[in-house]
Amino acid sequence: MTEPSTSSPRVALLVTCLVDLVRPSVGFAAVKLLEEAGCIVEVPLQTCCGQPAYNSGERDKARLVARTMLDAFEGYDHVVAPSGSCAGMVIKHYPDLFEGTPDAARARNLADRTFELTRYLVEQRGVTDLAAGLDATITYHDSCSCLREAGTREQPRALLGSLDGLTLNEARDREVCCGFGGTFAAKYPAISTAMATDKADRMEETGAEIAVAADMGCLLNIAGILKRRGSKMQVRHVAEILAGDTQTPAIGEGEG
Amino acid sequence: MTVHHLTSRDFKAKSTAALEDAVLQGNLVKLKDNFLARRTKAKESLPEFEDLRDASVVIKKHTIAHLDFYLEAFEAAVTASGGRVHWARDDTEARAIVLDICKQENAKTVTKGKTMVGEEIGINPFLEAHGMTPIETDLGEYIIQLAKEPPSHIIAPAIHKNRQQVAALFNEHHPHLEHRGDDDVDGMLADARTVLREQFLKADVGITGANFLIAETGQTVIVTNEGNGDLTQLLPRVHIALAGIEKVVPTLEDTMTIMRVLARSATGQEMSSYTTFSAGGRRKGDLDGPEAFHVVLLDNGRSKLLGSPTEDILRCIRCGCCLNACPVYGKIGGHAYGSTYSGPVGAVLTPSLAGLSEAHHLPNASSLCGRCEEVCPMRIPIPKMLRHFREEEVASGKAPATARRGIALWAWFASRPGLYRAMTSLGTDMLSRFGRKRGRFSSLPMAGAWTATRDLASPQGSSFQSQWAKRSKS
Repeated sequence: MTEPSTSSPRVALLVTCLVDLVRPSVGFAAVKLLEEAGCIVEVPLQTCCGQPAYNSGERDKARLVARTMLDAFEGYDHVVAPSGSCAGMVIKHYPDLFEGTPDAARARNLADRTFELTRYLVEQRGVTDLAAGLDATITYHDSCSCLREAGTREQPRALLGSLDGLTLNEARDREVCCGFGGTFAAKYPAISTAMATDKADRMEETGAEIAVAADMGCLLNIAGILKRRGSKMQVRHVAEILAGDTQTPAIGEGEG
Repeated sequence: MTVHHLTSRDFKAKSTAALEDAVLQGNLVKLKDNFLARRTKAKESLPEFEDLRDASVVIKKHTIAHLDFYLEAFEAAVTASGGRVHWARDDTEARAIVLDICKQENAKTVTKGKTMVGEEIGINPFLEAHGMTPIETDLGEYIIQLAKEPPSHIIAPAIHKNRQQVAALFNEHHPHLEHRGDDDVDGMLADARTVLREQFLKADVGITGANFLIAETGQTVIVTNEGNGDLTQLLPRVHIALAGIEKVVPTLEDTMTIMRVLARSATGQEMSSYTTFSAGGRRKGDLDGPEAFHVVLLDNGRSKLLGSPTEDILRCIRCGCCLNACPVYGKIGGHAYGSTYSGPVGAVLTPSLAGLSEAHHLPNASSLCGRCEEVCPMRIPIPKMLRHFREEEVASGKAPATARRGIALWAWFASRPGLYRAMTSLGTDMLSRFGRKRGRFSSLPMAGAWTATRDLASPQGSSFQSQWAKRSKS
């Protein structure tokens, strides 16, 4: 862990394709949190980290897409993603993906500058106390990539703990996969659904009103199960909770 | 006895059936709550656990890098203590070696301690076909032998059976003994003891596996919790230990180091109840022990892994911890894999040893959550290897064409950021017009695999990037 910086770093937001396409409010929440932490935030034109191809055994295609990200994030002090999955792809897998190619050094350099949002706020910006408050009980799902690739476990809990009125009810099996797994959900839907159903059960049995996580993939999956069975439990991204945005309809819920 | 033909080709059908098997689902929950929770406790109460993992990895890496040297040293040490080492290139050779030894003994009854290599080479049906009676003596193995099923877990072979099913099996197969009620676990245990004791005394040959082969001393080592291994190898005239070549370690001290992570990772025990060292047959003055001691070393594709992207799987000590941690195994159990080795380690070993076309489902049926690698005492990078097989499948042209076309189309767009932003913005705009009011879709063309069981959240509106671009301009 490096010393929290007092200067204003130039930070590029790695939006992530799911936030970009499905839930821009998470992106705006992330920008707000970063700006309040003293960062100068920019959003370079970008697409996807390349993970769908990488995990499908398509290294060439993954590199093709990932190279555009190397270009997009050139020159920024830090690159921050509201996702352990996309951050983890850059941090853990880009060095492997580009090993032995002319871009190897650039990939390692980008990996060193890239962070998952909550970890970045706590460890790089020294954020301990957030202005937002939320009178609600939540439960938090640890995404696999946050835990095992991006180094995020306690940081979101520390930030959530600073919100006035918020209660965190921890779920059983909170560190067990929700069954999303990218293309896994499409290739093996029966197993994926069974895992997601267990996850939704564990989160509901905490009695919390809101299910929270740091990755849109997990959140879409968990919301998909909960909404299909008519659950009243809301599903929201941790960035929205931390930025005080609970006005936006929760994931999978309408405007009406 | 009929034997299930093991195949991973119908993984999808088998896993779907497993998800609907209420007994299996109940048992799998218990497995998770028992083994993995105890492993966590054991790890937390041993401050040097992580260091021991590191040390174990170093030992195994070193051994695998010098496998030929240590295997030959092991053979020399076994020979020096009066035993004999046999080298089996594949399952056929291994079966022939075992049969040959059994025939020389005129063996009728062959007791067996738990051996996954025995499963790998299909030794039981082979011996039966040659007129012998193999008897499994590990309780779990005995149960599934009665049920004519393969093991569904490396260390808990009958984990898919509940006590009611076991009672039914025992009542069917032990007609000479008292009828047992569903909850009479002690009675069933007593019955197993009664039946097996007779077999132990009758056995001509005893076959066990080996957790370790010690190059320094020529000993084979097994760890058990029932003591059946001891009776299997001490009472008959001949003891045959079956082991994969990757089981060798240099010294007794190395064995002790790895043993400290083995039981903790497997069952959360500090040590298994029994740890048995075998060093040759009975010597002059020994009160007991077999007259002859044979070790069958099985390659069966393992040496091909040396220097390959999956070499690290040779470090595996078969503790079963990755199965206990795996959320996929935890939902479908072991039989769905259709392979001797199931779970994460099976998803690497099976395509490594049996070929990818037989086992292509196994490396794909993973969310790559990484929990297996997190708990593996040998720190085997299983997700990386699963990804490797997916790459091999693509490279060999065997990956499904529709999926490949989809990825290719997506990659074409995603490598053109300007076009991508324009197109995706149009797409999200359109979808959100249909879905925003309700917030989700219950069905959507091309997303049937998802929407069959899950709603799909609607995009909020324009993409983030197009909104950001507008915001920056204003």
